[in-house]
Amino acid sequence: MRHASMRTALALGLAAALALAGFATTAAAAPKKGGILKYIIPAEPPSYDGHRETTFGLVHPIAPFYSLLIRVNPDNPASPTDFVCDVCAEMPKPTDGGKKYAFKIRKDVKFWDGQPLTAKDVAATWSKIVFPPKGVASARKGQFHMVSKISAPDDETAVFELKFPSGAFLPALAAPYNFLYSAKKLAQDMHWYEKNILGSGPFKFKQHQAGAFIEGERNPDYFFKGAPYLDGFHGIFSSKLAVRVNAIRSGQAYIEFRGFPPSHRDDLKKALGDKLTVQESDWNCSLMIAPNHLKKPFDDPRVRRALTLAVDRWGGSQYLSKTAIVKTVGGVVFPGHPLAAKKAELDKIAGYWPDIEKSRAEAKRLLKEAGVKEGFEFTLHNRGVDQPYKIVGTWLIDQWRQVGFKVKQWVQPTGPFYKVLRSRSPQYDVSMDFNCQAVVNPLADVFKFLSTDRSGSNHANYTDRKVDELFDKMNRTGDIEEQQKFMREFERRILDEQAHYFITLWWYRIIPHRSSVKGWKISPSHYLNQDLSNIWLEE
Amino acid sequence: MVELRSEAIAAAKEEEDTPRRFLREAVRDLVFRKPLGAAGLAIILLMIAMALLAPVIAPYNPVANVYEKIHQPPSVENWLGTDQFGRDILSRIIYGARTALLVGFVSSLVGATLGLVLGVASAYFGGRFDLVFQRVMDVFMAFPLIIMALAVVSIFGTGVQNVILAITIPIIPRCARVVRASALAIREIPYVDAARAMGFGHGRIILRHMVPNVMAPYLIMLTSFMAQAILLEASLSYLGLGVQEPVPAWGLMLQGGAEEYAESAPWIAIFPGLAISLSVFAFNLFGDAVRDALDPRLRSD
Repeated sequence: MRHASMRTALALGLAAALALAGFATTAAAAPKKGGILKYIIPAEPPSYDGHRETTFGLVHPIAPFYSLLIRVNPDNPASPTDFVCDVCAEMPKPTDGGKKYAFKIRKDVKFWDGQPLTAKDVAATWSKIVFPPKGVASARKGQFHMVSKISAPDDETAVFELKFPSGAFLPALAAPYNFLYSAKKLAQDMHWYEKNILGSGPFKFKQHQAGAFIEGERNPDYFFKGAPYLDGFHGIFSSKLAVRVNAIRSGQAYIEFRGFPPSHRDDLKKALGDKLTVQESDWNCSLMIAPNHLKKPFDDPRVRRALTLAVDRWGGSQYLSKTAIVKTVGGVVFPGHPLAAKKAELDKIAGYWPDIEKSRAEAKRLLKEAGVKEGFEFTLHNRGVDQPYKIVGTWLIDQWRQVGFKVKQWVQPTGPFYKVLRSRSPQYDVSMDFNCQAVVNPLADVFKFLSTDRSGSNHANYTDRKVDELFDKMNRTGDIEEQQKFMREFERRILDEQAHYFITLWWYRIIPHRSSVKGWKISPSHYLNQDLSNIWLEE
Repeated sequence: MVELRSEAIAAAKEEEDTPRRFLREAVRDLVFRKPLGAAGLAIILLMIAMALLAPVIAPYNPVANVYEKIHQPPSVENWLGTDQFGRDILSRIIYGARTALLVGFVSSLVGATLGLVLGVASAYFGGRFDLVFQRVMDVFMAFPLIIMALAVVSIFGTGVQNVILAITIPIIPRCARVVRASALAIREIPYVDAARAMGFGHGRIILRHMVPNVMAPYLIMLTSFMAQAILLEASLSYLGLGVQEPVPAWGLMLQGGAEEYAESAPWIAIFPGLAISLSVFAFNLFGDAVRDALDPRLRSD
């Protein structure tokens, strides 16, 4: 009897201990309210208008002030196909053969000035993005070439009508730059949002000291009840990498959302141990080479093919990933996406052959055939940013050296670099270029590779109607297998047959942050998941 | 007769030996009386030898990336270790001496020489020309050397030639100002008036009668500007505005490694840093010795 009661007491005690432990675990995992998130932002916003800007320097400090129509699922940001409502009540099902999307808008969304956000505001915002009036810049207008009409038949319904069904529409809609603005403010002045901030997001604007910091405080009327968890945020502007790293090391900042090179990840991990958590992901940015078709001998596909054949991507990936923010070998589509080329398909494309010696021998043969002599000199135009531009540039020069090219690097600061790149009669021989997108949306992301008269960012300066035709075909079919087939042809045409452009390596995102930052999940883009609504501090 | 011949032979031999003996004595003089200057000269000569013989003495190709060797610490194979591209640091330092000396010599020589001619001309002509010219020099000298060089590089772009230009331009007014001060005193000496009275042209008076008499400050400035030019080239490259990868250059080597690998691979920054320090130190020591030798006020005996 005594033993039995002892056993009962022990069992009860164990059960109580387990229950307590379970409670403690649950309590630790539950989001905590309060605290100010201090984070580093490596660039300042050129303006406050998300519709006209293309830099993370706008998204990181300004996105917390705004809501969107739909967004990438913040709990699953790595997925390229998981979109959820932000101000809409539920994700719409397309009607009219995939050509009409009617979004029901929540009734509880308010701007900070107390005005309700209705379907009229949504329609006015999207009309500004898709059909901007003359003199109003819209950076992503080109992604909505399929949209024919935007309307708001009532305060709760915003309707998008398309010219043709397109798989690129929803991902483009979820881009984090597409802040919802007040129709009233836009009616008064289309440029008002360039210098002012008035949103309906998780945080209210407090102050911005140019060159120093930006602050936001919790929006008590935020429509997702219970969120955000933070009392506010304090974003510190600093472009200097050493300052950013030391801010995290010393605890002056908890996180930086863009990404650090591997060496700093290792240094921070060594210094902070368990106090540091590292999140890593493939990055929806690719570094590419644009041979200028307007200059000889780069007008010759044989010379362009030789350039790409000389590059050992498979070896370079292992080696450069130790020192630079690049890693993944891929074609024109974000690696891992259903539309991306598989390893076996890549292996057949010039420059991706597994046998680099064979590849370089072919490069030398092509150069000889094209009459390009050993020791031919040209200049690589590059952007004056170390990670990853200059590092990859230096690596490429060594790769080209091995097939007999003598290459000099022409490095310019960002402003002049783009000026030269966008010049109507560009003077570079070969230029570094990149394609960095927010939402993974290959059907739209490859827009860059279209002929110069269709793509404003084709810096290789070619016209190839076959490329344009394949792009149109894959964008007008809803069948994934057909899309894959056209995408492979499109890719082969650009990277291999004509070698119009070539991809070096895809970027790799490394975010070492203080372990006290919880709730934030890395995504394949430094533009995504930045409204800070799901972050809390465990201190 | 025999005696006479042997005397003549001895005299001829002595005459033949004179330059060699002079050199020997000068070296002995430098070593014993200016040991620091001699040490500086030795380092400079070593640098020159390194630059000239780089393809022979460098153990590896300074631009070849070696995947397997990135971030190797100093070892028997790579005496000074390897960098983030697996390149041998010793080989890059040896080849980097070429860039440092090329930029140092050319920019200081051109800058100081132009400054010499302009400074003497300004002193010689005097009057309104001198007044206007010196105000222009004042404008140039109002900017610190590095700021001026940065401005020039921003306008003309990066690359070895533009770096040389960027360093040469700020050297000119500094040299011109010092040389002008000496030339002003020389202008008052009667032989200049005599040359003018004989109808010699301005060019001849400036170049043949005044310039040789201001060689002392010119040589002193030349050596000190060499050190400054090397340091400036390294600074510009460190800021990403000088020569560009993969050209081996000491400042560029620092730029690539100082910040990012200071903890994990410190040798990437330490050795190019030492090379820069040592060369600047050497030119400064040698410059001091030249100044002591040429400036009568500083002669100890």
